[in-house]
Amino acid sequence: MGRYILQRILAFVIILYIVATLTFFLMHAIPGGPWDALALQDKAKWIPEGIVAQLNERYGLDKPLWEQYVSFLSGAIRFDFGYSFYNATRTVVELYKELFPYSVHLGLLTMAFSTVVGVGFGILAAIKQGTWVDNLSTVLALFSMVVPAFVFAVLLQYVVGVRLGWLPTGGWNGPKYWILPVVANSMGPIGILQRYTRSSMVEVMRANYVRTARAKGMRERTVMLVHVFKNALTPVITVGGPMAANMMTGSLFVEGMFRVPGIGMYSLTAIGNRDYPMIMANTLVFSTIITLAYLGTDLVYALIDPRVSYSKGK
Amino acid sequence: MTAITDTLAKTTKQKQRTAFSDFWFRFRRNKFAMLGLVVIVLEILMAIFAPFLTPYDPIKPDYAYAWQFPSNLHPFGTDDLGRDVLSRLIYGSRVSVSIGFISQIVLLLIGLPLGALAGLLGGWFDFLVMRLIDILSSVPTIFFYILMMVALGPGFQNIIISMSVTGWIGIARLVRGQVLSLKQTDYVRAAQAMGADTKHIVLSHIVRNSLSPVIVTLTLGVPGAMFTEAGLSFLGLGIRPPTPSWGQMIGQHQGYVQTFWHLTVFPALIMAFTMLAWMVVGDGIRDALDPSIQV
Amino acid sequence: MSTAPLLQTVDLTKSFPIRRGFFGQKLLRLVAVDRVNLSVYPGETLGLVGESGCGKSTLGLTIMRLYESTSGTVLFQGQDLGTVEGDKLRKARREMQMIFQDPFASLDPRMRVHEILREPMDIHGIGTPAEREAEARRLLDVVGLPSDAAQRFPNEFSGGQQQRIGIARALALRPKLLICDEPVSALDVSVQAQILNLLRDLQEQFNLTYIFIAHNIAVTGFMSRRIGVMYLGRLVEIGPSKAIVTEPLHPYTQALIAAVPKPDPKLEKVKRTLTGDVPSPIARPSGCPFHPRCPRAQEVCATEEPAIREIKPGHLAACHFA
Repeated sequence: MGRYILQRILAFVIILYIVATLTFFLMHAIPGGPWDALALQDKAKWIPEGIVAQLNERYGLDKPLWEQYVSFLSGAIRFDFGYSFYNATRTVVELYKELFPYSVHLGLLTMAFSTVVGVGFGILAAIKQGTWVDNLSTVLALFSMVVPAFVFAVLLQYVVGVRLGWLPTGGWNGPKYWILPVVANSMGPIGILQRYTRSSMVEVMRANYVRTARAKGMRERTVMLVHVFKNALTPVITVGGPMAANMMTGSLFVEGMFRVPGIGMYSLTAIGNRDYPMIMANTLVFSTIITLAYLGTDLVYALIDPRVSYSKGK
Repeated sequence: MTAITDTLAKTTKQKQRTAFSDFWFRFRRNKFAMLGLVVIVLEILMAIFAPFLTPYDPIKPDYAYAWQFPSNLHPFGTDDLGRDVLSRLIYGSRVSVSIGFISQIVLLLIGLPLGALAGLLGGWFDFLVMRLIDILSSVPTIFFYILMMVALGPGFQNIIISMSVTGWIGIARLVRGQVLSLKQTDYVRAAQAMGADTKHIVLSHIVRNSLSPVIVTLTLGVPGAMFTEAGLSFLGLGIRPPTPSWGQMIGQHQGYVQTFWHLTVFPALIMAFTMLAWMVVGDGIRDALDPSIQV
Repeated sequence: MSTAPLLQTVDLTKSFPIRRGFFGQKLLRLVAVDRVNLSVYPGETLGLVGESGCGKSTLGLTIMRLYESTSGTVLFQGQDLGTVEGDKLRKARREMQMIFQDPFASLDPRMRVHEILREPMDIHGIGTPAEREAEARRLLDVVGLPSDAAQRFPNEFSGGQQQRIGIARALALRPKLLICDEPVSALDVSVQAQILNLLRDLQEQFNLTYIFIAHNIAVTGFMSRRIGVMYLGRLVEIGPSKAIVTEPLHPYTQALIAAVPKPDPKLEKVKRTLTGDVPSPIARPSGCPFHPRCPRAQEVCATEEPAIREIKPGHLAACHFA
């Protein structure tokens, strides 16, 4: 077991390293440095050559690629990503401290909402297998899973925000503002969770050991509680980990559409502005979160299921 | 001997079916899937015959008619440059349909041989391929696509390229798994006992037995590719204007939901229905091919 | 026997590496077949019995070279099978075929019966396509299946019928040797009898030699002229069927025979049942592999492995006290 944990942590570190390296070289392979990008946005921001040289020197862009790489990596480990290009007076870390909490807030609310709704519908569908309730919720789940979040965002904004005028369509100033973004962000996860929960429960409900419990005379409700839920929810946990992480990345679009002042929205502008330090930091952060989630899921799974052990090659 | 012929006669009252007609029979029973299939076929036709279906030019601006709400002239209204939204939607289907199909073909061409060879050859080749798959699957895909598109620049080709770098691992993993499990079956052993070489075993046994999961994966991959293209175009990184794409249309006008709602709502609706149709068809194909499900 | 054996194994061994260790170092070996020496003579049926995991199926697969042997030789008609490759190996394969335990699993579920029967001929390029089709139908007839079976898929048949298809396929190349790996274990009892009788008829008709692998000693006794008994990969006894069944020499064989229920209420219960389970082939006992469970075990059994030796003419056993 210890060996397994070590292997996974090692894999985690290697992956992060590769992602960081890939990102770095990709960013620097883009023709036209950050200054050209700014000029593309707005002709007025065109920077004269002399100043470009100064900027390059200031940000270390004139140094050979290897040096930049090494300083990037060593900085990354120390959580120092330098100054944002776009917002020249703020460091990346500062910006993160300001924006990240909003994204986390959105993410947590999404997780809670989608778990309750998704798992709830899944259980409902499983209990009422074969009826119209089951069919309907399965189709709805399919729908929410497959349609991109920003499409939902548009529809929600329009129908609820504009036509009905019940809820605001942008900003993050209070609970009323949270509802639409959270719902839009949750649609995908709800769909996935519903399907997963339902199929997992159905499988367990048909299993022989459940039949045995019923045959022994256990009441249906007890059967469900004791045997079915426990075993059915385990695979759901496995899916939950990576999903939680994906919610963070998915929030990119939702934050943009609802103008939530989080890191997701800022990433979009960073990309457009070729804000290298910001982009690289973002990629690393999101990759770390996702890989951590996978790692966490693996470990939880290994703890729960005694049959799992890491075997190289099948 | 007569006992055997009797049992055989009793069990074979049904008509003789080919594998395909059996599949089609089962698929047909799934109402949603058939509905989805109709939608898909209509969209493909729409994409092919776009020039004949569109009342207006989707690209040429016509400033006199800009910002118009849906009316008799323009059923879905016009956009900021006076272009007819309906026509742009119809042309947008070309992007979606072609991204969907072409991406899957490319992924198949990369993933199938790699996965099959990994399964067949084993050893160091398999090891390398699996490690590669492990690494690539840990990269958060959306970010990777965004990075790639920023690096390469927008455009149809670049979207395909970005998707190809990581998209093949699904098929490869699947095919490899299929090959590995099929290698262990008695009928492949029997073929080896008969003296069959690898080529014969692959062609005669492995292909026909691994077809279904591969088909299902490819079918479900189409909406995934559409999803990716839509997302990228939404961010301005995908299909370059003035060529219309549904995701792009939503992204360009996302600020106008409260005012000129028709610019985003219609693309959103058609996007939603298209994705749903594909998913339902993919699910339908999977269920129809699964022998354990009784239709 | 004055004739030369059709098949002979010399110290045939097959072991599997078990991967343990962080980087996949192979730390343990599972010995499935341990230095087995067998001879099979033309026209006879050699039975092989043993409990699950004793290595009898692995032995069959190793003889067919579907597994590569770890050491030892397989001589078929005097030729070392381990040394032939490519085309020569393919030609050699025509002479030995196999029938599998699970009839359904041995047939490609997506191939029609006539394709299944044609496959061996396709592989070797025998005859024209029309001739192959005709031969396929002829084979169906030989095993007692109606000709309209040709267009069907395997899942449309019962277990017994599927096994017939498997037998027909095995015969397509006119082999000399047929290895039957538990051919009836998965079938209902009434169907078992049909298949066994079919096998016997075919043996006579086509002058076939069988290696008949099973875990049921009664069935094996019915089919075979000689029987070999295996335990944990070792051949512990081999001799004429009658002798094995009535006067078994090795304690393990004796226990197997005693375990066969005899439907006679007047017979006294013979207490010769074995205690314990078969040990894992990874952790094989020292000395004689059977000694932990043997009622007659002595000290020497734990230290010295008994070689198989001829106790009576044509009847060999591997026990210090046979």
